[in-house]
Amino acid sequence: MSFFEFLKPKKEKKLPESDQDRGILVFEHTSEVIRAENVLKASGWKIRVMGPPPEIQSGCDLVIEFPLIEELNIVRTLQKVGASPLEIVPVSSPLLQPVNLFQIKDFDQYLMVRAANMKLTVEKKTLDIVNISGGGCPDVPYLAQEMVGKSLSKAPSPNEIGHTLCGYALQLAYEEMTRRCLP
Amino acid sequence: MLAIVGTVPDQKFPLTTGKVSLKDDKICIKEKRIHVNRGTPALLAAAVKTGEALGQLEVFGYLIGDIGLGEGSRKLYEYLAKNLGRSEFFAITFHYLQPDVNWHNRVLFAIKEMAKQPFLIADAGFMYAAKMSGHAAAYDLFTPDAGELAFLADEAAPHPFYTRGFILQDEKRVPDLIKRAYVHKNASRFLLVKGKKDYLSDRDGIKATVDSPACEAMEAMGGTGDTLTGIAAALIESGMEISKAAIVAAKANRLAGYYARPTPATQVIEIIRQIPGALEEILQEKLTGKATTK
Repeated sequence: MSFFEFLKPKKEKKLPESDQDRGILVFEHTSEVIRAENVLKASGWKIRVMGPPPEIQSGCDLVIEFPLIEELNIVRTLQKVGASPLEIVPVSSPLLQPVNLFQIKDFDQYLMVRAANMKLTVEKKTLDIVNISGGGCPDVPYLAQEMVGKSLSKAPSPNEIGHTLCGYALQLAYEEMTRRCLP
Repeated sequence: MLAIVGTVPDQKFPLTTGKVSLKDDKICIKEKRIHVNRGTPALLAAAVKTGEALGQLEVFGYLIGDIGLGEGSRKLYEYLAKNLGRSEFFAITFHYLQPDVNWHNRVLFAIKEMAKQPFLIADAGFMYAAKMSGHAAAYDLFTPDAGELAFLADEAAPHPFYTRGFILQDEKRVPDLIKRAYVHKNASRFLLVKGKKDYLSDRDGIKATVDSPACEAMEAMGGTGDTLTGIAAALIESGMEISKAAIVAAKANRLAGYYARPTPATQVIEIIRQIPGALEEILQEKLTGKATTK
């Protein structure tokens, strides 16, 4: 170390930051961006308005950056005030699309549907939800607590009570199960 | 001591730290009681049961309520970032927390300040944050399922929900996905991939697989991955080498499942009750070299 390095101010030790957990809300018009920004800020979300990345081909000249994991809750908040975004993409790779493949497993008396990292199982005879597994966000145990033991038609949907991307994945499994089992 | 960090599905549950025990199928921490269903309470219960079987190993919990809004997780992250640096643990397991990269990094930085570096184990939301942060290699063990492994293998995915379609979440492709996760530095020192067949791997390749006894119904059950992580964490805390602990945990979790005779409707507490017997049998098998079950 040279003598002059002692004179340099010490930098705060910090691990480099990543934007991998951020998402982008794309809107058609700037007025919608401003409205959504006001709604989300008033609800306490940490968001920021910025220019869109070059990969985004739709929408206006401004987008809103938000915590991607909490997508389900944020979209629900915007839907309630009629300010739904045109598109939602991850900041790190704006061309990524949500998983849209389902895996179905038939256990004779039970049927399991998997979407991304979430699995929903119902008893075929009663159409009761008997198990929910997978996932890593904290709304998964909560969703299981609220949904397991209830019939598919009467249980609250993940869309209503979930908050995260795991909740979103469970909603897809729930919709697929509903499509297959309910008239 | 083994520390376990996570959330419980009750928004009103305050930040609570302390030694954890299991009574009447409920987690006890300070004066609070938590129903064991799935998630961190299931991991804690499995670790406590494993500790009992090994001779009263102690488990310390860092818990808070969070139903997915993230408020509880962020309070817990903040507490850990402030306090973890001054604590002493042999191993720390991070579990259901709202994935947040910046808070993850602050917690990891606090760990770097600990006098003696603990073994680091991560699963669920905290594992997602560890991967997204680019610091997966700082961890000793991740315990993903096939879907989460595909997420670790996809260097662009910010969450399993956005894993690209060409990275199929197919159990047959697990060896390729493990390789890809290590190539992109998105894997911990050891990976224990849970599924129809459990794989233990490090950056040099697959070290072992465990596929019996097989209970297909366990795939549908919530919490069976949490119990696996809990058993592995307690075995590591006991001083067992990580690769051995992971294999013993995989075998014991399967055997506990087998003894619970599960259907897809069985709840995980049934498996947790079988852990001490299953573990004893697996450890006895190791000592005598005899397989006692098929």
